[in-house]
Amino acid sequence: MIHIKYLSFIYDALRSTCAKCGKITIEEERLAKARMKIRMVERQRGELKKWDVAKEVIRRAKNSKECPHCADKKIKIKLKKPYSFYEEKVRITPIDIQERLKRITDEDCELLGLDSIGGRPEWMILSYLPVPPVTVRPSITLQSGQKSEDDLTHKLSDIVRTNQRLLENLNAGAPEIIIEDLWDLLQYHVTTFFSNNVSQIPPARHRSGRELKTLSERIKSKEGRFRKNLAGKRVNFCARSVISPDPNIEINEIGVPEVMAEHLTIPERVNSWNVKWCRELIQNYPKYPCALYVFIPDGRKKRVTEESRELLMEELAIGFIVERMLINGDFVLFNRQPSLHRMSIMAHRVKVLPGSTLRINLTVTDPYNADFDGDDMNMHVPQTEEARGESDELMDVVTQIITPRFGLPIIGCKQDHLSGLFTLTRGNTKFSKEEAFQLLTRAKVYDADLKIDKKGEASGKEIFSALLPKDFDYIGTSGLCRNCATCKKEECTNDGYVKIINGKLISGVIDDKSVGSKKGLLLQEIVKLYEREEVSTYLQRMALVGIATLDITGFTVLSSDSDLPEDIRKEIRTSLSNSVNKVNTYIKRFKDKEMVALPGRTLRETLEQKIINALNRARNVVGSLVLNNTSKENCTIIMAKSGAKGNMLNIAQMAGSVGQQVLRGSRLKRGYERRVLTHFEKGDLGADARGFIREGYKNGLTPTEFFFHAITSRDAQMDTSMRTPTSGYFQRRLINALQDFKIDDDLSVRTSDGRIVQFTYGEDGIDVGKSDAGKIDVELIIKKVAEK
Amino acid sequence: MRLEEAEGILPPKLFRTLKDKLKEYKLAGKKSEQAIGDVVTAYQKALICPAESIGVIAAQSIGEPGTQMTLNTKHFAGVSEMNVTVGLPRIIEIFGARKASKTPSMKIYLKSPHNKSEKTVRQISANLLEVLLKDVTKEINVDLLNTQVEVVLDIEEMHNLNVTMKHILTAIENSRKIKKVKIEEKGSKIIVKLDEGVKLEKLFKLKVKLSELFINGIAGIKQVLPVKKSEEFVITTAGSNLKEVLKINEVDKAKTITNDIWEISKALGIEAARTAIIEEVLNVFNEQGLKIDVRHLMLVADVMTMDGIVKGIGRYGVSGEKPSVLARASFEVALKHLFNAAAHKEVDELEGVVENIMINQPIPVGTGHFKLKLRQDADLSSGKISNDFSIKDIKGLGDKTVEILKNKLGITTISALEEAAKKGELKNVEGLGEKMEEKILKGIKEIKEKEW
Repeated sequence: MIHIKYLSFIYDALRSTCAKCGKITIEEERLAKARMKIRMVERQRGELKKWDVAKEVIRRAKNSKECPHCADKKIKIKLKKPYSFYEEKVRITPIDIQERLKRITDEDCELLGLDSIGGRPEWMILSYLPVPPVTVRPSITLQSGQKSEDDLTHKLSDIVRTNQRLLENLNAGAPEIIIEDLWDLLQYHVTTFFSNNVSQIPPARHRSGRELKTLSERIKSKEGRFRKNLAGKRVNFCARSVISPDPNIEINEIGVPEVMAEHLTIPERVNSWNVKWCRELIQNYPKYPCALYVFIPDGRKKRVTEESRELLMEELAIGFIVERMLINGDFVLFNRQPSLHRMSIMAHRVKVLPGSTLRINLTVTDPYNADFDGDDMNMHVPQTEEARGESDELMDVVTQIITPRFGLPIIGCKQDHLSGLFTLTRGNTKFSKEEAFQLLTRAKVYDADLKIDKKGEASGKEIFSALLPKDFDYIGTSGLCRNCATCKKEECTNDGYVKIINGKLISGVIDDKSVGSKKGLLLQEIVKLYEREEVSTYLQRMALVGIATLDITGFTVLSSDSDLPEDIRKEIRTSLSNSVNKVNTYIKRFKDKEMVALPGRTLRETLEQKIINALNRARNVVGSLVLNNTSKENCTIIMAKSGAKGNMLNIAQMAGSVGQQVLRGSRLKRGYERRVLTHFEKGDLGADARGFIREGYKNGLTPTEFFFHAITSRDAQMDTSMRTPTSGYFQRRLINALQDFKIDDDLSVRTSDGRIVQFTYGEDGIDVGKSDAGKIDVELIIKKVAEK
Repeated sequence: MRLEEAEGILPPKLFRTLKDKLKEYKLAGKKSEQAIGDVVTAYQKALICPAESIGVIAAQSIGEPGTQMTLNTKHFAGVSEMNVTVGLPRIIEIFGARKASKTPSMKIYLKSPHNKSEKTVRQISANLLEVLLKDVTKEINVDLLNTQVEVVLDIEEMHNLNVTMKHILTAIENSRKIKKVKIEEKGSKIIVKLDEGVKLEKLFKLKVKLSELFINGIAGIKQVLPVKKSEEFVITTAGSNLKEVLKINEVDKAKTITNDIWEISKALGIEAARTAIIEEVLNVFNEQGLKIDVRHLMLVADVMTMDGIVKGIGRYGVSGEKPSVLARASFEVALKHLFNAAAHKEVDELEGVVENIMINQPIPVGTGHFKLKLRQDADLSSGKISNDFSIKDIKGLGDKTVEILKNKLGITTISALEEAAKKGELKNVEGLGEKMEEKILKGIKEIKEKEW
């Protein structure tokens, strides 16, 4: 029988060898050359590349008309799909094929792309079929007591049955046509045993009509053995639940529900230091921190029960292993899918809490890309001392603050933290003595020496300073920095110059540029200078004070936040209609053919360009009008300015005008014939007809504006839903290609088999995760030395 | 630390910035030494750890922001045909190393006198434009009556594109695709007749061939657009042909670039291709406002070009050429790899990451890169597991001798002891003598042999 998966090998071998002498039908010198070449390629470019030479040989040999060795004429062999070979019009049986293949010398095998020891060509014709053991094809007993056999067993029984019939018929001397039919049937069964979706063969089916899952299907694709069971595995000692926020736990803690802690275990090896504690754990059964199982060195595993615990306590000795429940301070790994980068799995310390959700600090939502709208996350309990050690040293949240992607903190203050810190530190904000201590107590700072003025008030900057380490220096800018030509430094009226000397915030406001995630340079400095535990404390303090500030000052988004005085609204309206009029004059000039084309563009394109510019200008004017006419206490503005959420454009869109809708880089143009919506004239190029939205979200869109907006929204939705799978596959490919590259002992980058990719990683050997955004900040170091 | 010492430690670029900054801040003497020392320490602290799984980090750093990138957007460089693929599709295109870029484009810089006046730039760019016969004809007709093809030229367009009648005629004559024809010139028409046979089929084929006939300019340059960039004019093109463009005299060969990686590797070599990959991908990221460190892109570019040809990241490139069968099978088309491996008698060395995951073993990167050896003869009961030997490990050295060595000579380490013994300082010490010295040297030799 022919092995279906080696059909093309067989076909090549048959076509490129002589039917009579079995040699490759190329002249001897050429063959010798090819042999030399194959050796050379193997030496120089690796074992895999040498088979490319074989392909070349086959290509040449199969087209020759006669055998140069025995001068015999070659008869063209044709493969008739799916698996019969014909020589002229005569069919060659697998037996004949095997005979021919046997004649191929070992030397020639290599030139045909086969290893003579590993894969003799005649082996591709099956004389015997190995039967896999039952462990590969277990039979299942259904509840009804009925036995159900595996697909492979079915296939094997088909093969055995057909083979038996073939044998009987052969012995009985049946007519050739019957033999041939049975032969074909056997071939069919053998083929489908290997693969059940060969083209031109109907797939073998179960009695119910379901297609059988045979060997190939078991191995192949995402659900196959490789990707489902070998490259990815299922594990024990894990838990999954919905996540929810808890601002009061540390950033590297995780709130674990009691039920989970009671069911997850950690093996504790009994030694002279913990034997007493282990006894207590057994004694405690079945109350919470207790032991569940005891492993005795002879290999037995005993369950702790109320009856057995006394006995086990007595029996317990050094060398035993006690499986105990999860307790506070244990390390667990926490993970959210999709695990796109290494910060998607980090180690947290357990804190057992009531409730049934897993709780995390808000600042670590960024690396997980998590929110609390129902996200689930997984928790894994490391079971060995080695694993716990690595969790602590390499995977702890605090070790992961700086991302290796661009070398800045990925964990930082968010949303209300930023709004709060902004309100706290902006300008000359003052708080009463009581409020100030309230704030600091919330941040668990009890030893601050606050400077309190005569009125009994402390400034916000002073309070913030109390959170910082006493020896901390930092200079930077805030989002309010206007990039003035000459920087007034500490005197900056915008609060743009952030300066901290000896742990005192001298000027500037604290916002996302200092402590925000993915940006915070101040945070970056803290991470660089202080120990892990300290970093965690400082970050936690800032976050808590941020929230506490808002508790005192109050913070809410009002509908009136996006209200504007009537005169300003009027101004916006006139400004917008001016722009629209301008667009109309452009269109008129275009239609009158008075317009001059910009270089390299057609007239139509020039017009579009001018219109888009005009409308963009209109939106910017609206933006600045809105910005200049909102109060300082407006919470929506505070959120935008502090970098907590949204930006000024969003506010302008709410209060002022939404602006031009853009689809694929241009104004809307498709829809009905020569117009986007039927509400307009055909060929109308004006602003309103092509997706310009004058109204803001607050005031409400007109129906046509709403439709325009829906067009671009839908496009954005589509883009997002298409992007996820595309980028997922892209990342899979990247990881697969690069996973074996690592830094070697000499800081070179090498492949798994030792080939050099880079002589020094990144040309300077710097780890991005340990650098300042990929560099060594020489200037800062020198500045510090110079100023001392 | 002095500057000269630092030069040997710091990478050249960092060293140069250090030197410049020192000058800028006018540091000298002790402060300068302090600063240099600090920079060197900062550098050494920032060095990457051996065994770091840098490939995965690079892949994740590139892949993760991919989820935030836009799809389906094109960047318009003015004319609608001149858009450039951006965002994720562009990155996939570059890393896939596909031979045909979707939107090839060039930026042609000109040498000094030529890049100033708009007129000369326009002239040069007009000469770059690829002109096919169909671009300068009003129509091409098949004259069934006379069995000939009639090319009606567009004289105005010919003038615009600097094409003369002679150009066209020689182009038809020299064309490799159009053979065995008679050419006649009739005013603004060109009549092309077949030499022999009057097959209609051939006539129509001839018409198609004629319309696609290359006349003038540079093959592949579909659009040109001179753009003024601050002081000079730069020609942006749709379509790309670096090799030919570089042959033009007025072109600044140092600055002119294309976005087609394959063309760069063909025209300028593999190193240029590597740089191009880094630059192109970095541009895409920057345009989208996403942050990524160059080192990650450098690694990918190096992986793609390490064999001297540009290889893609997918199934047909890097992943398909891994030395391990199991690693290849775990990616895509598992069966093909398995059956081929059987025929080729491949052996899997299990050196990679997936292979070891499959067999449930620690992966050989990170902490799995290192292995511990246990000294079987080590005395574990004393609680000493470190493989550093102490003086007490030397055969024949009792506690008393150790005490003497420590008190009289201050020797506590083997290396110090060895030095002293070789100098012959021990025999003169009371309580040790020549014999003991020999004994010690022998013992040290034994220990050295024990060490691996």
